Formats: sequence, C-alpha cells, structure tokens
Amino acid sequence: MATIKYIDPAGKETVLSVSAGTSVMQAAVNHGLSGIVGECGGSAMCATCHVYVDEHDLAKFDPPGAPEREMLECTTAPLRDNSRLGCQLAVREGDMITVRLPESQQ
Amino acid sequence: MQSIQKHEAPDSSVPSLDIDPFSDDFLTNPYPHHERMREAGELVWLESYGIWASARHNAVRAGLNDWENFISSAGVGLANFRTEKPFRPPSLILEADPPQHTRSRTVLARILSPRAMQQVRETFQQQAEILIDKLVDQGDIDAVKDLSEVFPLKVFPDAVGLTESNRENLLLYGNMVFNAFGPRNHIFLEAVERYEPVREWIMNRCRREELRPGGFGDQIYQAADAGEISYEEAPMLVRSFLSAGVDTTVNGIGNALFSLASHPEQYAKLVARPDLARPAFEEGLRFESAVQTFFRTVHRSVEFCGLPMRENDKVLFFLGAANRDPRQWKDPDVFDIERKPVGHMAFGSGIHGCVGQAVARLEGELILSALARRVKKIEFTGEPARRLNNTLRAFDSLPMRLIPH
Repeated sequence: MATIKYIDPAGKETVLSVSAGTSVMQAAVNHGLSGIVGECGGSAMCATCHVYVDEHDLAKFDPPGAPEREMLECTTAPLRDNSRLGCQLAVREGDMITVRLPESQQ
Repeated sequence: MQSIQKHEAPDSSVPSLDIDPFSDDFLTNPYPHHERMREAGELVWLESYGIWASARHNAVRAGLNDWENFISSAGVGLANFRTEKPFRPPSLILEADPPQHTRSRTVLARILSPRAMQQVRETFQQQAEILIDKLVDQGDIDAVKDLSEVFPLKVFPDAVGLTESNRENLLLYGNMVFNAFGPRNHIFLEAVERYEPVREWIMNRCRREELRPGGFGDQIYQAADAGEISYEEAPMLVRSFLSAGVDTTVNGIGNALFSLASHPEQYAKLVARPDLARPAFEEGLRFESAVQTFFRTVHRSVEFCGLPMRENDKVLFFLGAANRDPRQWKDPDVFDIERKPVGHMAFGSGIHGCVGQAVARLEGELILSALARRVKKIEFTGEPARRLNNTLRAFDSLPMRLIPH
C-alpha cells in the first residue's frame, strides 16, 4: 500500500491509502475527489489531472516523458517546476506522497 | 443456416464461442453478444474467424496498454499485414508501432492539443449556435443528416483547412476505412463501391497546396519543414485526419442525441444544467461507443489472462463491451449524464488512445450545450434507422422534433 495526501487550494486535506501501482489521478477519481478531472482516463491527452508535487516527493517519480511535458504546456492553472500530470505518477509500495491541487483543471 | 468454416481453439481450456461479431445480427444489437463474451471469460476464442476476443474492461485496458505484445503495425483490423497485403498503404500512426508511431503521434498530438482547442473553441461554438438556430426554425429534423453529419463536416475540415466543396465525400471515406477493419463481408463491399468514385478526391485533399496555411493540415507540413517528419509522411498524416476525424465524431454526436432522446429525463437534466454537456457527451460515448472494436496482433507467443496466445494470432478488443462491463461500472446499462465515466474505453487506451479526443470532446460539448440552451425537448418522430458498419456504431437516420423553450 501507499499513501497519497491531496491538499486543495483552500487547504483542505484528503488522505488516501491506495495499492502500489495506482496513479495519483486514478486514486483521486476513484475516491470522487473533485479537484482532479482525469478526462482522458490516463493517456496524457487532456491535462486535467494537473498536480503540484511536494518538493520532497518529486524525486520519487521518473521525470516526465515527452508526451507529458507537451501536455503540461496545456494546463489552465500556472505551470510550476513541480507541476506533473497525476495520471503519469504511479505510486510504489510504501510511498507517502503529498500533492497540491491547482485552482482549476479546465 | 449457412455453414461456415469453424476454427478450433488452440487449447481445450479456452472458452470458445460461435459468435460472428461482423454479422448483421451482431452489429444491429451487439449487447447480448457482449454479455455472452464477458461472462465466458476475460479472453475468449471466436470460432467464426479463429480470433481471440476480449470484452471485459480490465482485459481490454490491459491489452491496449501492452503495445509491445499486442502490436498495431500488423494492422488493427482482421487482416494480418505480416501475411496479407494491406488494403491501403498502412496509416503511419494507427497501424504503426514505436518508433514510427511516436514520431507521428508527437506531431499530431501537438496540433490537436487542449491548448489548440482553446484557439478554435470560439469558432466551433459560433458554428454550433448557427446550426442549432437553423434547426430550431426547421423543427422536424433528421438528427443525422441535418445535425450529427453537418456539424463535424463544417468545423473539423474548416480547422484542417479544406475548401467547402464536396466534403460529404469524407463520410464515404470514413465509412469505408472503418468497414475495412472487418472481414470482406457485404457491408464492406458496399462501402468500397460507394467510396471508389471519390478515392482520388480524398488523396488530392492531402496535398499541401490544397490546405489553408495555418490550418491543422498545413501544420503537419510545417512539422516536415522543421524536419520532425519527412515530406513523404506529411500527406499520409493529413489522410489520418480525414479518415479518423469525421465519421467518428459524427457517430459520437449521433449516438449521444439518440441516447438523450431515448431518455427524456436525462435531456431534462441537461436543459436545467447545460454545463453538463461535456459529461453528457462522455457518458454517451460510454453508453453507445462510436468506435466499437479494434484488433491487435500478437507479436510473439505470450500468455495473456492465463491463456496461451501464439505469434501472429489476432485479438479483437471490444471497447463498447468494456464500457458496459458490470465489473467496472455500477448499473452499466443505465444512461446517466452525471456519471463521469472516467476510464471508459471509447477512445481506446495507451499509446494508441485517440489523438483527436480533445477535438471530439469539444465538438460534442458545444453542440449539446447549444442544443440544451435553445431546445426544451427532443422527441422521436419516427423509428431510428441503423447504418451497419464493421467497426462503428452508427445511425442512418434519427427523425426528431426539436421543441424550443
């Protein structure tokens, strides 16, 4: 199992316990978290699962590939150095991850 | 009953079914057949063509995401390009594997990105409103001939940069291409016959001088100018816009209108909240998936879902059946525009997931929201008539009355 903490723009925290291999997008969608849309279902095609990964957790994931970098250019909320697409962030066994949600996804 | 050649399953442990997924009966109402396949197993054998079939959501998703074992370069239809001559020169994106696929996809994904959609959104919206205004005046319409064909044939070729004339040829082309993924049955042969006279017209539309500078088509040639793709590849990728960009959205919109007209309480929800247009279109795609199936080819012998698949076997993934799998969806046969069906398979999944899905969603959202703002009720005035296609779930006509606010 792994733990993902989501912090929305108002500061509200949601902590989810998920199985290894689950993506940050999928976990949020399964839980009905409103700050992540995940419209394309995880194909890095829609830029609606934008998250800001906590600086301490960034290195836990492989750096973004070309399709994700391209799609990050399309987010509606500002792009930052720690911007990632949640669908590309699969958690590993024992991970504890914190992500902040942007003001808007669409 | 006509006797057909029966292909034995490779192993007696394999669930084997006598279903023909390209028969008129199946294509007219696939859902009972989908259920039979889903209940028989994660992966089943279809004796009619000697192919594997996968109809459960988890298996469809897993198979489509495993592009190394289930390749596309040997064709995404019944034909195996390793052993048979392709019907047309293979697509550089649909019928390709990495690295060719990656090169093509990078270019098309950028041209059709969400950001690019922000730039065309206003124009698409104006066209949606103009069309709906006209249809409200008309009152009684055929929602296929007057609406679901008209809107995509206006906005998408405009964005690609095609001239106005003879665009209906694109419908004949799309119809033929999607039929060609099935067997050489009567549906395919009729589609080819209708397409033949426009073949040259289609191919000529892919030339640079035919495309408005700055449009999606011209942007492909700009990618060739920049050295990302070759000048030989550019017209082939424009061809992909023309084959995949019209008949798909035509039926996505047509199926959504059919579902909404069949469920007046859902249309009433949309009227009360036109901001539900986007999730309503999404649920329409799940409930009546415009693209029903795609094939892959087994690259090298592999075990999948616990069964032995041999090199060069063909496997048919049922997107439409995955989208009604009760293991994935609560009440899958219920059409609910507030469902938010994230993870549906209507656009496929993985590296071959529809590269034009942002365009499709934009078109669907804008036409449904324009309709909801002007029209209080939509009512059938006659029987919907199907257009059978080996891959697409399509209508020939949907007679309807639009009752304005």
